Amino acid sequence: MCQECGCGSGGDDVKIGAHTHEHEHHHHDHGHSHGKQTLNLNRSLMEKNALLAERNRGFFRAKKMLVLNVVSSPGSGKTTFIRETAARLGASLRVGVIVGDLATDNDAARLRTAGIPVIQITTGTVCHLDADMVAKAAAQLDLDALDVLVIENVGNLVCPADYDLGEDLRVVLLSVTEGEDKPLKYPPMFHSANVAVITKCDMAVAAGFNRDLALANLNRVSHHAQIFELSSKTGEGIEAWLDYLIKQRTAVNDK
Amino acid sequence: MHEVSIMTEALRMAMDAAKSAGATRVLKLRLRIGSLSGVVPEALRFAFDVVVQGTMAEGATLEIETVRAACWCATCQAEFECENFFNECPRCHDVSGELRRGREMEIADVETS
Repeated sequence: MCQECGCGSGGDDVKIGAHTHEHEHHHHDHGHSHGKQTLNLNRSLMEKNALLAERNRGFFRAKKMLVLNVVSSPGSGKTTFIRETAARLGASLRVGVIVGDLATDNDAARLRTAGIPVIQITTGTVCHLDADMVAKAAAQLDLDALDVLVIENVGNLVCPADYDLGEDLRVVLLSVTEGEDKPLKYPPMFHSANVAVITKCDMAVAAGFNRDLALANLNRVSHHAQIFELSSKTGEGIEAWLDYLIKQRTAVNDK
Repeated sequence: MHEVSIMTEALRMAMDAAKSAGATRVLKLRLRIGSLSGVVPEALRFAFDVVVQGTMAEGATLEIETVRAACWCATCQAEFECENFFNECPRCHDVSGELRRGREMEIADVETS
């Protein structure tokens, strides 16, 4: 068990926006026992989340919204990246954000400075967002007024890899201040990503970032992913990302 | 990883199936876990001992079957077993990232009474 993330506690502490939610408990009548028997199940343990994620995907598709699941280690620059993306898209695409953190609504407050709607999920001890939390948070946003929904996942490169949220694109961030070998250390996350963004490129020289090595590692693990290199702070390289996003949103709209 | 969440879900599925079948106890759970699933069997066992307490599965045994990962080689049109996500095919040495097995997290069956 992971003592650090303590993600086993099952979401009882999860708070979404201003509300807390309680879990429903179902009670079944018990029949009589018929001696020893083996019941074949052969079912995925992720089945419940997978079903809820597909339900989200269908719902978001009907709303003609492009949905991003942004994942990275803590401190790779997810919040700044999302805030700059929303601010620069401005009126061309209307962005809303669902942001997950174990505690505090600091990220939500930072995102609101871009003048966009933000719903905070505080997960308590849970180290990832799941499809159910996203469905409940999305219900608190005026989705008809949005073109792009960005889900900022909990900073963690392990657990969120297994939880489909119903997104169109999984976007993984790797900052130049992290090791170039992050993709090799966390292959499930990097392999599952549709987009990989190298962030904080303005600090590359100071951080002694080996660009060729990082790109080689990304190409190895995320070989199918679209790669962008940018600095959210200076805006360098961000245009290519925004162009890509606009094209992706058009594609969703045409589906 | 999130072994406690996974074990809680496995137990929920096992108990739902047992109750639907009219059983009162769960005696054994059998899980199938891929070698590259990221789930640690020892952590699952630890979690199991904790989550079964006070349930109809208290005292049940846990069997974990490990599924060895395998990649698909498009050149050879054949599978090969592997230890990682990206591997060279031992026959033609092409690199394959197409994992065919090894990410499983499944409940296979449950023994009840």
